[in-house]
Amino acid sequence: MKIVVNGAEHEVEADADMPLLWVLRDLLGLVGTKYGCGMAQCGACTVHLEGNPIRSCVTPVGTIGKRAVTTIEGLSPDGSHTVQRAWNEADVVQCGYCQSGQIMTAAALLSKKREPTDAEIDAAMSGNVCRCGTYQRVREAIHLAARMQRSSGGK
Amino acid sequence: MTVTRRGFIQTTGGLILAFYVPRAARAAPPPPAPAKPPAPPPNAFLRIGTDDSVTVVLAHSEMGQGIWTGLAMLIAEELECDWTKVRSEHAPANVALYASPRMPVQMTGGSSSINGEFDRYRTVGASAKDMLVRAAAARWKVTPATCRAENGVVISGTKRLRFGELADEAMKLTPPANVKLKSPKEWKLIGTKVRRLDSLEKITGAATFGIDVKIPNLRTAVIARPPSFGATLVDFDATAALRVPGVEKVVPSGTGVAVVAKHFWAAKLGRDALVVRWREPEPAFDSSKYAAELRALATKPGTIVADVGKAEEALASAKTKLEAVYELPYLAHAPMEPLNCTAKIDGDRCEIWTGTQFQSVDQQAAAQLLGTTPEKVTLHTTFLGGGFGRRANPKSDFVSEAVIVAKNAGVPVKVVWTREDDIRGGYYRPMYAHRVRVAVDASGSPTAWDHVVAGQSILAGTPFEKFAVKDGVDHSSIEGLADSPYLSKVPARRVSLHSPKTPVPVLWWRSVGNTHTAFAMESMIDELAHAAGKDPLAYRLALLADAPRPAAALRLAAEKAGWSTPPPAGHARGLAVHESFGSIVAEVAEVSVEGRRIRVHSVTCAVDCGTAVNPLGIEAQVQSSVAYGLTAALHGKLTMTSGKVDQSNFHDYPPLRMFEMPRIDVHLIASGAKMGGIGEPATAPIAPAVANAVFALTKRRLRTLPLELA
Repeated sequence: MKIVVNGAEHEVEADADMPLLWVLRDLLGLVGTKYGCGMAQCGACTVHLEGNPIRSCVTPVGTIGKRAVTTIEGLSPDGSHTVQRAWNEADVVQCGYCQSGQIMTAAALLSKKREPTDAEIDAAMSGNVCRCGTYQRVREAIHLAARMQRSSGGK
Repeated sequence: MTVTRRGFIQTTGGLILAFYVPRAARAAPPPPAPAKPPAPPPNAFLRIGTDDSVTVVLAHSEMGQGIWTGLAMLIAEELECDWTKVRSEHAPANVALYASPRMPVQMTGGSSSINGEFDRYRTVGASAKDMLVRAAAARWKVTPATCRAENGVVISGTKRLRFGELADEAMKLTPPANVKLKSPKEWKLIGTKVRRLDSLEKITGAATFGIDVKIPNLRTAVIARPPSFGATLVDFDATAALRVPGVEKVVPSGTGVAVVAKHFWAAKLGRDALVVRWREPEPAFDSSKYAAELRALATKPGTIVADVGKAEEALASAKTKLEAVYELPYLAHAPMEPLNCTAKIDGDRCEIWTGTQFQSVDQQAAAQLLGTTPEKVTLHTTFLGGGFGRRANPKSDFVSEAVIVAKNAGVPVKVVWTREDDIRGGYYRPMYAHRVRVAVDASGSPTAWDHVVAGQSILAGTPFEKFAVKDGVDHSSIEGLADSPYLSKVPARRVSLHSPKTPVPVLWWRSVGNTHTAFAMESMIDELAHAAGKDPLAYRLALLADAPRPAAALRLAAEKAGWSTPPPAGHARGLAVHESFGSIVAEVAEVSVEGRRIRVHSVTCAVDCGTAVNPLGIEAQVQSSVAYGLTAALHGKLTMTSGKVDQSNFHDYPPLRMFEMPRIDVHLIASGAKMGGIGEPATAPIAPAVANAVFALTKRRLRTLPLELA
């Protein structure tokens, strides 16, 4: 089947039931998207489907069709997306394993809510688990990214 | 007793593994002070490229705690290089070069990487700078004394040479026998807030964790594991598994059966299709029965740890006494990256890729399994997606099984654990019960204290038992209790320990013994304060009159938390202070209760770790430790019924989520004391601080973790 990931079309040999997560990681070699629980409880597998955050570990690849999938590798070519720059500025990461998912969820949030409140951040981000406890800096980075977005005219 | 490194390599366990050696440890005497350690060979710890890049080689594993940056700072400070050109990498497994300065094991743990390497890594930087200067001086035919190094350049008068131009010849020179290190006043980098060096790759998804490793010809395996601890394999039927597309082989894995496939999903489906028969141990382990056994054990004294005065008599004749039993459950570490290991075998050589905290132990285990020598086992350490102690296993469980599967399958294999495998896979923080009886005088101060601890030994049955378990006492079961400054003032005191054995494998979990000793101590101290009608801060300060560092930490945390002003309506505060791994942390938690839910709004921390290398990293580790400890305080509990672990994933073993994260403020005390660690010390005080706050608010004393309002 054909799927479109990060703007490129790929031909993959996969059962329709195979979760998108494992198509990305093992068939396409895009290992930035992570496995944390396999049951949509932790958010490490978060990617965008037409800009909306989905849990790739429970999304069968057969349901994707031609809709655009974006992974962490496709958010920017070099870490220059506003959210990524804010993450660096706020020194968010620790072990880093959950961070692809955190960033993808945050990027989707900020594309829909330009200036999220703490409560809106909690609601959007509480599906992303971090065992290292980076939550406070994640929140700070999202506020920072919102400010950066505002001052650069919204990109 | 002297033990040489070679002696350790030849026998699996010949050394003291004392991750933290406290001042007055009766159970585990400190290792003999080593003779002046040999000067570290700079070439083993850093490389300078012709492009002026400085690559720091880390003898410890980056698992989020920030040593990728912190250790590099130590070298860079003395080297006088351009910080923007510094990067880090993990050292290969090589115990001769990379053993910790504290023990002949290449390991990460005990909050010891930065303070343990403080001298060695700075010496490496200073030695390399000396060699670069000498190389430049030789080229210019001047004396080294007329040269200086600054921002990656050696300068003498108007002459300049970049490190990259000098490195080839410089690093061939004989390292200096002695170097002078900078005094703290001269530090430009150490003590400043420095952003992490590993951020970019972790932000772009480029960072390689063990689970991401790719090598040619690699297969993935998922293992059918014993369904209960001690269950043994009877037989298996691979017919259905082998029919799953992508599955290639089914082979024994040691304790279980491995399905080897082209990729993870095929291996997992293959395992689902495997039919396996197990022999279950009798009687089946039951955690609530075991909890009752621990409580029963704790009613009588165990093996004596400390016995001063006549505590039993003093308690018998005391007019006023308090008694409490504190209980803590089994805990899984649950790092975000499930365990995994890649192994490739070539004749008598083996290559391993994994995120481990225990390189030389794992290397040794692999060598023994294959009947070869550690020198023929190459172990690459990737980034760890969380360690917390789980990836430091004396039994090398996740490495050994990968080696066995690779050997049996005849192909390179990456064994991946599912989250269920991880939650159910054992090596937990043990279950504990503490029974504490305290007699008090008219003012409410303790005059007699009897403290019984019951819980399985972590180190018994490991190669480290010989040295960390003395006279039946595993030091890690009573750390933070036996050496408590509160106890040292009580004239009649007895501490004793029961160490029952169970089939459940147990392991150190972030802050180890302090996870339970801090809860018991700081809860009982709080109960005593309230019983005496005294403010919990004032009561503690009175008992800590001769312990200025914990007292100072308490005062600072209380001041910053606004202890002397009333909290908002419906909120209350609780505090706790605890020393572990050389650092002292005081925490004030402010909570409210909504129905049955305990909400922690803020945690104010005062941290005395002696000297700060990277305050930005320290703040992150304190936030990290508090969040990790708060998960245990509010949610963490594993139970076993009929031998099987009841929980399996994050839906029934819930981690702390963002909406539960309090605001955590961190205040550093520059005490100038000997540098302590920071990876673990802030974990232990949070549970008692929250329990104490809940009491202040509701007058209900919760003595069991996780804290639950019925």
